[in-house]
Amino acid sequence: MKFSLIYALLAVLLAACGAPPWNSPYPVADEGGNIAYSSFAERPKHLDPAQSYSSNEITFTGQIYEPPLQYHYLKRPYTLIPLSATELPKPLFLDAQGKPLPADSAAEKVAFSVYEIRIKPGARYQPHPAFARDAQGRYLYHDLKPEDLAKVYKLADFPQTGTRELEAADYVHQIKRLAHPRLNSPIFGMMGEYIVGLKEYAKILDNAQKSLPPGARLDLTRYPLAGVEVVDRHTYRVKLKGKYPQFLYWLAMPFFAPVPPEADRFYGQPGMAEKNLTLDWYPVGTGPYMLTVNDPNRRMVLERNPNFHGEAYPTEGEPGDAAAGLLKDAGKPLPFIDKAVFSLEKESIPYWNKFLQGYYDASGISSDSFDQAVRVATQGEADVTDMMKEKGIRLQTTVTATNYYYGFNMLDPVVGGFSEQAKKLRQAVSIAIDYEEFISIFANGRGIPAQGPLPPGIFGAHEGEQGINPYIYDWVAGKPKRKPIEYAKKLLAEAGYPGGRDEKTGKPLMLYLDITATGPDDKARLDWIRKQFQAVDLQLVVRNTDYNRFQDKIRKGNAQIFHWGWNADYPDPENFLFLLYGPNARVKGEGENSANYDNPEFNHLFERMKNMDNGPERQKIIDEMLAIARNDAPWIWGFHPKQYSLFHAWYKNVKPNLMANNGLKYVRIDAGLRTKKQREWNEPVLWPLGLLAAVLVAVLVPAVAAYRRKERQAAR
Amino acid sequence: MMLFKPVLLWTDMLLWLLLAGVAFYAWRVRRREHLLQPWRRLLRSRSGVASAVVLLAFVAVGVLDSLHFRLPLEKLGNGGAETHYSPEVLSVFDLMVGPLRKQVEKTYSAPFAAHLYTKETIELPGGKQVRDYPRLKFGGAHLREPAREQAGDVAVTALQGGVYALALCGGLAVALAVWLARRRGISPGAAWTMIRHGCDEIPWRTLLATIGLLVLFVCLATVFSAKYHIFGTDKVGQDVFYLALKSIRTGLMIGTLTTLVMLPFALLLGIMAGYFRGWVDDVIQYTYTTLSSIPGVLLIAAAVLILQVYMDSNQELFDTVAARADIRLLFLCVILGITSWTGLCRLLRGETLKVREMEFIQAATAFGIGHFRIIARHILPNVMHIVLISIVLDFSALVLAEAVLSYVGVGVDPAMQSWGNMINGARLEMAREPMVWWSLLAAFVFMFVLVLSANLFSDRVRDAFDPRVR
Amino acid sequence: MINYIIRRILYAIPILIGVNLLTFALFFVVNTPDNMARIHLGVKHVTPEAIAKWKHERGYDKPLIWNSAAQGAKQASDTIFFEKSVGMFAFDFGRSDEGRDIAHDIKTRMWPSLAIALPVFVVGLAVNIAFAMLMAFFRATYIDLSGVVLCVAMMSISGLFYIIGGQYLVSKLLHLTPISGFDAGSNALKFIILPVVIGVVGGIGSGARWYRTIFLEETSRDYVRTARAKGLSELSVLFGHVLKNAMIPILTGAVVVIPLLFMGSLISESFFGIPGLGSYTIDAINAQDFAIVRAMVFLGSVLYIVGLILTDISYTLVDPRIRLE
Repeated sequence: MKFSLIYALLAVLLAACGAPPWNSPYPVADEGGNIAYSSFAERPKHLDPAQSYSSNEITFTGQIYEPPLQYHYLKRPYTLIPLSATELPKPLFLDAQGKPLPADSAAEKVAFSVYEIRIKPGARYQPHPAFARDAQGRYLYHDLKPEDLAKVYKLADFPQTGTRELEAADYVHQIKRLAHPRLNSPIFGMMGEYIVGLKEYAKILDNAQKSLPPGARLDLTRYPLAGVEVVDRHTYRVKLKGKYPQFLYWLAMPFFAPVPPEADRFYGQPGMAEKNLTLDWYPVGTGPYMLTVNDPNRRMVLERNPNFHGEAYPTEGEPGDAAAGLLKDAGKPLPFIDKAVFSLEKESIPYWNKFLQGYYDASGISSDSFDQAVRVATQGEADVTDMMKEKGIRLQTTVTATNYYYGFNMLDPVVGGFSEQAKKLRQAVSIAIDYEEFISIFANGRGIPAQGPLPPGIFGAHEGEQGINPYIYDWVAGKPKRKPIEYAKKLLAEAGYPGGRDEKTGKPLMLYLDITATGPDDKARLDWIRKQFQAVDLQLVVRNTDYNRFQDKIRKGNAQIFHWGWNADYPDPENFLFLLYGPNARVKGEGENSANYDNPEFNHLFERMKNMDNGPERQKIIDEMLAIARNDAPWIWGFHPKQYSLFHAWYKNVKPNLMANNGLKYVRIDAGLRTKKQREWNEPVLWPLGLLAAVLVAVLVPAVAAYRRKERQAAR
Repeated sequence: MMLFKPVLLWTDMLLWLLLAGVAFYAWRVRRREHLLQPWRRLLRSRSGVASAVVLLAFVAVGVLDSLHFRLPLEKLGNGGAETHYSPEVLSVFDLMVGPLRKQVEKTYSAPFAAHLYTKETIELPGGKQVRDYPRLKFGGAHLREPAREQAGDVAVTALQGGVYALALCGGLAVALAVWLARRRGISPGAAWTMIRHGCDEIPWRTLLATIGLLVLFVCLATVFSAKYHIFGTDKVGQDVFYLALKSIRTGLMIGTLTTLVMLPFALLLGIMAGYFRGWVDDVIQYTYTTLSSIPGVLLIAAAVLILQVYMDSNQELFDTVAARADIRLLFLCVILGITSWTGLCRLLRGETLKVREMEFIQAATAFGIGHFRIIARHILPNVMHIVLISIVLDFSALVLAEAVLSYVGVGVDPAMQSWGNMINGARLEMAREPMVWWSLLAAFVFMFVLVLSANLFSDRVRDAFDPRVR
Repeated sequence: MINYIIRRILYAIPILIGVNLLTFALFFVVNTPDNMARIHLGVKHVTPEAIAKWKHERGYDKPLIWNSAAQGAKQASDTIFFEKSVGMFAFDFGRSDEGRDIAHDIKTRMWPSLAIALPVFVVGLAVNIAFAMLMAFFRATYIDLSGVVLCVAMMSISGLFYIIGGQYLVSKLLHLTPISGFDAGSNALKFIILPVVIGVVGGIGSGARWYRTIFLEETSRDYVRTARAKGLSELSVLFGHVLKNAMIPILTGAVVVIPLLFMGSLISESFFGIPGLGSYTIDAINAQDFAIVRAMVFLGSVLYIVGLILTDISYTLVDPRIRLE
């Protein structure tokens, strides 16, 4: 009874002051703020631009660090534009003697290419204690004693901050950091092949580190790097071996963003790392946002950088962007949002429900909630359901530059090799695995079956009949149609396995799938894939194993069929076709070619295609390469997933951009609308509590009565 | 050419071993009145009898599902003399529920549905396309217009099942009355009155009612599952009812084999520690304190990984899907056994410490009887009730633990049907709207019934074996 | 008693060494240092040099447990096992393989764990005992009977159902609390209500039934009959005598758990997104961060041993007849 009283009281209180919803996961004070809310599933391992590579890390570093170039937010196909540079750098080609060559020289003749990058003056770093100086201009925190650090636990515990203008030397410093012995930059190996002197530089640094006392900091500014030089305060030069047009794409990634040497000096002081005060944890950048709270167990907060040099919203885009309202803010100063809060969310159900309750601004769609959110029209066009429309939620879709495929290990005695039989076996299996059904069951149609290694939209991929894989598909009535199962069975018989059994011994053919299945959804996938093999009378044994063992198997070439994926670094065919390049084979070359596919003809064509500029000649070579690969069928080409994202009505200026990672600055939020909707959608329902109390009372009253009676009897 | 090739999986073997052990125990108990007494008491309690019947039904499914074999393949023209067998391992139970196993739809469908749960683009005969829910291949396929005919069809089928069940139950009741009459030397009519009024010491009425309910369920399930998917289908279109039934074996195995693994450790070490005391006691106490202070999840994860390494290096031993899944289940049982023997061991140590101070054991020691004889003859029988009670108590906890382990990712093989895997898969569907609730419900109902009857049974066992009642 | 405690603490040392050795063996049987390096360095573009460097920096390039190349005492001490274990005993957990300070992580993650586990424990204990007393008080009536049936039914439900159902009902349908998440200070209140309620409700089944058996056992003793014969009311018999005498079995079950509350709960922490030590351990196992796994196991066993000692001490406080020797 007491309980129901409290409930009544609370209800009155609630009605009286219009408090924020009870189930809001955010502090009351933040309600109505110009804040973007989203989530992260796993804590980012690295925020150091030399190290961070995964997409969940770049979500943060992309907003904080500014590399010389960026992708245009609205234009498609993806276009590079300058960010901190003044214009796109044009390479100067040199021959082996260092003499300049014309810009249209063939790749064989070019010995070096030199990129001269000029940066915009006047940009300043975010406020940071590494720049703090006293009245005499001496750094305040570059010579700290252990007792100075006693009471410091986070960066905010340093009271003073400072800033400094961005200089070309900072970019050079970061390129040197790629070779730092302590940093293990993931692109060091690759860049070592191109940037002149980088490999040797790593050796020098390594020796220098060894001669230092343990714990001492290696000062990179004292060691020059041959291939990279500062020209003046705002210009620097990078010298590459040979011709490497893809280098521009790398210049749009945080690997080539500026890092001030002061930051290394500040964080490199003894005692800092012990307190988790590292560049890996607290980035220092010139971008529109700075990381102010880094508690990856709970939340991470980006706040507007007060020293941001300013940038304007793009004034032009694709046709249709203006109609979609994407150009309304054209020319306005960026960024729009004051603060972005990322909360840790590991489980998908709470995440989705919070999105529906309005506590996250945007969401991907898991296949489970697809029907709730998306309605597919007869023509196959997707739109949000009425329920979502009522809430004002919008949908956007894009095909990603990602491949999910099953690879055959080409070294395997059964499925591998280049014999006609093995080829036919692989082709038969490729037909049997009905990716159209897979996409409809597991991805709700969000994906397109792959016709080869190149996703649509990448240079070299064809649309329509020209683009289909003739070994797996027929072109029927204006659409690709998977060849019938009977054809696959026929191929199988030709391969020497009629009815799925070895012609000679009569033994049933067993194939092995190596996989790391741990998630709850994996069981259904495994059941499905087994069903596909059974359709052509093949037995599939799933060898489930943990991630390490799986990696080991792939590396040693012990796998037979395996599932793999590739997410492109940049939108160039080279970044996909190198996955099939022989010298990149996993076993021989420790590269990314997990299928160990090694066809000399393909390799030769790849070497020619690699450094070419896009044009008809390159297209012709790519066509030849695709024909070879499709015939050899080293992969079951799989599918390219489509990305579906949902946005609430208050979240404006969103256009999915798979390459750009600095999109936060363009986004605008209508906070008033959000507050209103959140309250509307989340009114607490209290009557069940009252009911519960009533039930408790109803149960207890007879019990108490019984006790009274018993006591009275006893007393008598 | 053989009709089939029997397959003896590791867990099957252990199950038969366990059954043999139970049979041996029953045979021993039969001849000893003082051991028989508690079981008699158990038989007299109503909830004991009812839960025992339900448990037996589960065990029957589990045992039938453990008779594995492989069917031969057709001979090829030039295939030589050797017969090859299908790599697919089936069980007797699979044959019994044949249609359930084979009636696979494309993806989700609701219980008793005639349509798929998701819309698809269907091509009409005229070449036009509509987006609608397609009909199922098996569920309700006999209906022409499901929307109109279904309710009637369900009612008729239910009636049919009810009639079968009634006939079976009637027959059973008559048989019981006649048997009782023979045994007690009374007329069948009198026996029936006795059953109905429940005035015998054994609660025949409850027994009959429980069996009746079971029969009704089986009959209904049989008639319905021929026409519909009574618990719907899962993501890849498998019948959820079939999956839930197949999971029974997994649940039972985890519950029983784990005990089988831990029992020798707990018995031997617990009694030794209590009996010998001194340094033996110290060593054993040290061992179990150390083991129990390591988080179980770490032990299990490590064991599962070790197993995978072993499997990868000995691939020829695990040539079928079933064999791989089975060895993982066995390993899980072993490792669960290793983590859970410490509790029983501690209990037994304490009890032995008490028992060994009793006069008859002191006397036996004085007569110079060997230690192991004393343990086997005098101490073991006196602590047996603790063992029995903790076994039945642990059983339900282990069945529930399987679900949690699957969540953490160290449960049974993903290829194996288990309630944990079902719950885990269904968990993600909770966000779907309208919700896909049937896999979760099926797993919940089956688990609940099994664990509830196991709990009730263990309660009764405890009461029956409580030495103070004796 | 002081002597006793000191002896128990000394006994703990070999146990801790054993635990350490076992964790070490379990971990390195399944993970080679190469594997660890690869997991930490990511999937794309990993070179053998990077792996070698990673191992060297963290000392994983040494022999596991016996260095046959070294001289004298160094054969045992210049190994991964020795270098990684010694610090433990001074409670210096060192740095995780990712470079974070483990002690600091544990210190910050301990409180969220405790914020959930402590209320679940205290409220759960109170509710269970109250429920059990109610059943014992009305033994053999409809309340007792239906109570037992309810308990058995409740303990037959998997813990996952409680969490899934609770989140669905309370947060999604009724909008009463946030579905998941955590915040510092007084803001934490709204986040911990739901996990605590679910934790308590999920534990009632087995808890209340267990305490009921204990109480019933006590009520059948002679002294209870005497007390009743003296004309004491049933209520005062129950609270004055039965509860007091049932304290020993209650303590046996409860006190061991108290120190382990710091370790948090694995399942509910990951479902509710609570940044506690339970999820810390699981994350570390998944990320193969040996340094954290080892530290957490060590901490867990220390707390477990502390729990055992506390139990013994609590016996003497409740029952003065018991003396520790």
